[in-house]
Amino acid sequence: MTRLSHPLVLGTALAVVAAGAAYAAGPDLGAVTQSATNWPAIGMFAFFVLFTLGITYKAAKGTKSAADFYAAGGGISAGTNSLAIAGDYMSAASFLGISGLVYTSGFDGLIYSTGFLVGWPIVLFLIAERLRNLGKFTFADVASFRLDQTSIRIISAVGTLVVVAFYLIAQMVGAGKLIQLLFGLPYLYAVIIVGVLMIVYVAFGGMKATTWVQVIKACLLLGGATFMAIAVLYKYGFNPEALFSAAVATHPKGDAIMAPGGLVSNPVEAISLGIGLMFGTAGLPHILMRFFTVSDAQAARKSVFYATGLIGYFYILTFIIGFGGIALLMSDPVYFKLGPAGAFDKLKDMIGGTNMVAVNLANAVGGPYFLGFISAVAFATILAVVAGLTLAGASAVSHDLYASVIARGRTNEASEVRLSKIAAVVIGIVAIYLGYVFENQNVAFMVGLAFSVAASCNFPVLAMSILWRGTTTWGALIGGFVGLFAAVGMVVLSKAVWVTTFGNPVAIFPYDNPALFSMPLAFLTIYVVSKLDNTRRAQRERALFDEQFIRSETGIGASGAHAH
Amino acid sequence: MANIETARIAQNIHFKELVHERTRFGTILTGIMLVIYFGFIGLIAFDKALLATKIGSGTASLGLVLGVAVIVLAFILTGIYVQRANGRFDDLTAKLKRDLGQ
Repeated sequence: MTRLSHPLVLGTALAVVAAGAAYAAGPDLGAVTQSATNWPAIGMFAFFVLFTLGITYKAAKGTKSAADFYAAGGGISAGTNSLAIAGDYMSAASFLGISGLVYTSGFDGLIYSTGFLVGWPIVLFLIAERLRNLGKFTFADVASFRLDQTSIRIISAVGTLVVVAFYLIAQMVGAGKLIQLLFGLPYLYAVIIVGVLMIVYVAFGGMKATTWVQVIKACLLLGGATFMAIAVLYKYGFNPEALFSAAVATHPKGDAIMAPGGLVSNPVEAISLGIGLMFGTAGLPHILMRFFTVSDAQAARKSVFYATGLIGYFYILTFIIGFGGIALLMSDPVYFKLGPAGAFDKLKDMIGGTNMVAVNLANAVGGPYFLGFISAVAFATILAVVAGLTLAGASAVSHDLYASVIARGRTNEASEVRLSKIAAVVIGIVAIYLGYVFENQNVAFMVGLAFSVAASCNFPVLAMSILWRGTTTWGALIGGFVGLFAAVGMVVLSKAVWVTTFGNPVAIFPYDNPALFSMPLAFLTIYVVSKLDNTRRAQRERALFDEQFIRSETGIGASGAHAH
Repeated sequence: MANIETARIAQNIHFKELVHERTRFGTILTGIMLVIYFGFIGLIAFDKALLATKIGSGTASLGLVLGVAVIVLAFILTGIYVQRANGRFDDLTAKLKRDLGQ
């Protein structure tokens, strides 16, 4: 498969899939042309916006304290939280990107689905409960429990903001392209609409509104995808075997779509991608924040269990949708740009690109109104994900950087929350600007980079501070920065940036996914520096481990974090 | 929490049991998940032909079944952990809290 050499259009929305851009690269989609204004889709989206703004208004009235703003007062139930977690994870990228990947490559789409899912058991077994027992609002609360506040909050906030920035750019550019295509709105309008709405959700409604927007979207997306999958299976008498045979008969690659193809040819690349996806999940700040919105460790663990089920179910749906696309769309010229004499390439000429498979399939199985519905859901999906990211970024600025580093605790809740709202507005404006600037850049590698940074900076700092007695502030600080710079540096020197963006002939770093190298490097640095650190502070920090350990294991002393 | 209290909990039999069991259980399940996932990735990287094998006389391949199995197993493993945690581990935590008079 060839790499995309220039802006990958809608594929940018699907940047998650491009976590391994080298082999995720689909066919070149060409330039997006703005389509005719799609009124049913706009109408349904407007309804979603009005409804969620109503919820935001209600949430704003109940959001007074810092605990309300950052953690919805700890009052979110396990079931609701699991939908929100699943919603944060089921981005437009997973929905459109993975179904598009299944459409072009069949089996290979499954490699991404499994990679995205298997991080969750790890989060549950190692992180979730301890995080809830130790923390308050951000994962920096946990990492700095017994370590130096200033240093740890700086590294955590930097890690958070870097992850949020890359993730946000990819989502904003994706949103712009997608909306241009689905709704027929100009790119800049689309980016501004997304930016303004996310500012409103976060600044006024805090975590409560952000959670409910995510929950509603998760229900709509799961409902829409379920309907599509059932409609596809219905056409084949609910016999998957019949669907597969029809797909194999239609697809130009024939039977090869049932077997692993060229997507994973290099074992090192495959394992590095797997590590990035698996452990990146355990370091994504907007996901980790969700563990503080529930009342206790038991609710935290139940949320992960339900969320894993919902996400796994969703990936199986996208797989059916992808195969449905092969079987039902591939032979129908209506969905393709026709060449001379009505000829078209089944893999390259789909209108809007292969990432539109799910959207076109919606039209095929449910008609124009269902198409409008799925388009509106795709827009809502991006909106909900960027709102979650903005909240995580704003919390890092106000709770970690401002309250603990700049004001050194000499502040009060009201001004911290006010600063958080200001930060949300600033992040929103910056996101609109970056979305505008990066319109024609290749941003497909950015979500992959966000996962790699999360796996190489946030996750090692968090895991080592919770699990290893020997960790000291110097170890965590230096190890965290080493992981961060290694991940970013390796991606910059890789093909995606060094060759594609900077136009150099050969990549200096041979792989697209750095996590296999950058994550162990971060762990090793934390270990070595901590071992060498024999300052008085380091000794005190090791001595404090017992207290932290007891609280992380039992939750004793954790009550009151969300006195309500 | 005073240091004496910390020491008292650390010495508590139920606390020791809880930590020992949960650490072992979590480690085993993490290991199983890593083996399942990287085993799957390993097969994709090294033995594509095996994954292309057909199931019976149908169209579905072994790889497809294994891929779906990875997803289902991930869910089942989290279920096993949660069930154990809600029963055994929460019991031990409750006993510990009783010992401490909370």
